[in-house]
Amino acid sequence: MINREIKSYFPILDQEVNGHPLVYLDSAATSQKPVQVIEALKHYYEFDNANVHRGVHTLGNRATDMYEGAREKVRKFINASSTEEVVFLRGTTTALNLVAQSYGRANVDEGDEIVITYMEHHSNIIPWQQLAKERGAILKYIDLNPDGTISLEQVRAAVTDRTKIVSMMYVSNVLGTMNPIKEVTQIAHEHGAVMVVDGAQAAPHLKIDVQNLDCDFFAFSGHKMCGPTGIGVLYGKKDLLNNMEPIEFGGEMIDFVGLYDSTWKELPWKFEGGTPIIAGAVGLGAAIDFLNEIGLHEIEQHEHKMAAYAMNAMNEIEGLQIYGPTDPLKRAGIVTFNLNDVHPHDLATVLDMSGIAVRAGHHCAQPLMKWLACTATARASFYVYNDESDIDRLVEGLRSTKEYFSDVF
Amino acid sequence: MSSKNLDQLYRQVIMDHYKTPRNKGTLDANSVNIEMNNPTCGDRIQLTLQVEEGIVKDAKFDGEGCSISMASASMMTQAVKGKDVDTALQLSHIFSDMMLGKEYDDTIDLGDIEALQGVSQFPARIKCATLAWKAMEKGVQSDSKS
Repeated sequence: MINREIKSYFPILDQEVNGHPLVYLDSAATSQKPVQVIEALKHYYEFDNANVHRGVHTLGNRATDMYEGAREKVRKFINASSTEEVVFLRGTTTALNLVAQSYGRANVDEGDEIVITYMEHHSNIIPWQQLAKERGAILKYIDLNPDGTISLEQVRAAVTDRTKIVSMMYVSNVLGTMNPIKEVTQIAHEHGAVMVVDGAQAAPHLKIDVQNLDCDFFAFSGHKMCGPTGIGVLYGKKDLLNNMEPIEFGGEMIDFVGLYDSTWKELPWKFEGGTPIIAGAVGLGAAIDFLNEIGLHEIEQHEHKMAAYAMNAMNEIEGLQIYGPTDPLKRAGIVTFNLNDVHPHDLATVLDMSGIAVRAGHHCAQPLMKWLACTATARASFYVYNDESDIDRLVEGLRSTKEYFSDVF
Repeated sequence: MSSKNLDQLYRQVIMDHYKTPRNKGTLDANSVNIEMNNPTCGDRIQLTLQVEEGIVKDAKFDGEGCSISMASASMMTQAVKGKDVDTALQLSHIFSDMMLGKEYDDTIDLGDIEALQGVSQFPARIKCATLAWKAMEKGVQSDSKS
C-alpha cells in the first residue's frame, strides 16, 4: 500500500522551501510524523493527560492504560516475549548508556573485552569507551570489508572467551549496510558474551524479531520511525534486566523508601525513573499502528527500491562517488556520497535553495569517516513518503550543483 | 535553482580564496598554535600566529572544511597580519556583527572580508564562517596572558 496517498498523511511535506516544493531526504536523522501520530498526541493532551500508576481518578487510569497499551504495541512490534522486557527511555543513546553503565559496570572487569565495529554511531562507541576506561577493559574494533560490510570471519577473529559484550548497529546510518545480527549474536554467545544491538536505523525499516535474532539487548528510538522525539525503547532479556541495577533513582521506579535504604519496582518500571514520557509512548504506539498498517515488509521492499533507483540515477552523474555496498538489496534506503571536490556543506546549501533537504557532515560516525578517508559526506535517506519523483528532484539538484560549481572546483 | 541567493553566498572572491588560499601552512614551533573544530560538521582548523610586542607579525592556517570556512580562514589571516592585537580583535567583533546581520563599524576597511556578508542570509553556515575568527581570538588572547 505504499503509494502517493501516503505522502498526504504527512502535512509537513506539503510546503515550499526557498520557493520550491519540499523534498525531505533526511529521514535517517529524524522521520516526519503522520497525522495519525500528531492527532494521537493532541488527543492525549486534550482529553487524557494525567500521571501514570499514581492517581486513582479516571484520567489517571486512562493515561496508565494508554502508556501500558503502547508498551504492549512495542512488545508485539519487536516480538519480545513479555512487556517486562520493554523499557521506555528517551531514545537509543540513553538505552545504550543504560546497558553500559548498569550491565557493563557489573559484568566487565580488567582485561575483559568489548567488541564493536568501525561503522558505529558515536552513541554506540562512547558508552563502551567510557566503560572500558573505567573498568580497565579492552575495546576492540571489527574491521570492515572495502564495500562497508562486515564478514563473519572478522567477527570470529575479534570475539574471544575474554569478550563480555559485543555491540553492533543493525543498519548503518551512513553506509546503509544491514549487518548479520543473528549470526553475530550466535558467535557472541558461543564465547559467553552478551549481544547488544543498536537498532536505531533498523526499527523504522525492517521487521524486528528479537526472539529470532536472540540478541540480549536491542535499543531504538521513536522519532526515526514516525513517532515523537524523546521516546525510545530498550529491549532486554528478562533474566538480564532482572539482575541489573537501575542507574536513575526516584519517581516512577520507586517501590518502598526507608531512611537509609529503598527498594525498586519490578520490571520494566525499575528503569523508568521520574515521570515517564507518557505522551511520547502514546505517540510511539500510534506510529507503530501506522507502520503496521503499511507493513514492515512493504517498507523494506520500498526502501530497497528507492536505494536502487537513486543509486542508478546517481551513478550517471560523473564525479559522484557513492559509499557502501553496491548491491541495493544489501542496504536500507540510505545513499551517502560525495560530488567531485564540492564540500558536502556547500552541496547541501545549494540543494536547500532548491527545497531539497539532505544531511551533510560526519553523521556522528567520525571513526567511520576516517575509515572512508573523508572528513564529511552528503547523505540522502528515504522513507515511506518518498517516491521516484523526489529522487528525480535530487538528481536534478545534484546536476545543477555540479554545474554551479563547475568553474570553481 | 535560486542562483541569485547563492551568488550572494558564493561570491567570486570567496571561491578564489577557497581555490587559492592565502597563508596556508603552519608557522614554526615558537608561534601560538590553536586547533579548533566545528563538532557538528567536522570542519577543522589549525591556526598558528606569531605575535610580538602586541603585533600579529604572521599568521598561517591549515585544515579542512567547506568553501566558506576555508575562505574565511584565508581572508582572516590576510586581514590580521601586521595589525596590533586590539585591531585584530576589533575586526573579529565587526565580523561577528556582520554575520549576525547587525549594523557594524565601517570605519575600518574590511577588504575581501566584505564578500562574506552574504553568509548572514544562511544561518546554518554562520558557524563555518566564524570558526577561524574564533581561533584567532583564542590565539591572541592566550598569547597576551602568557
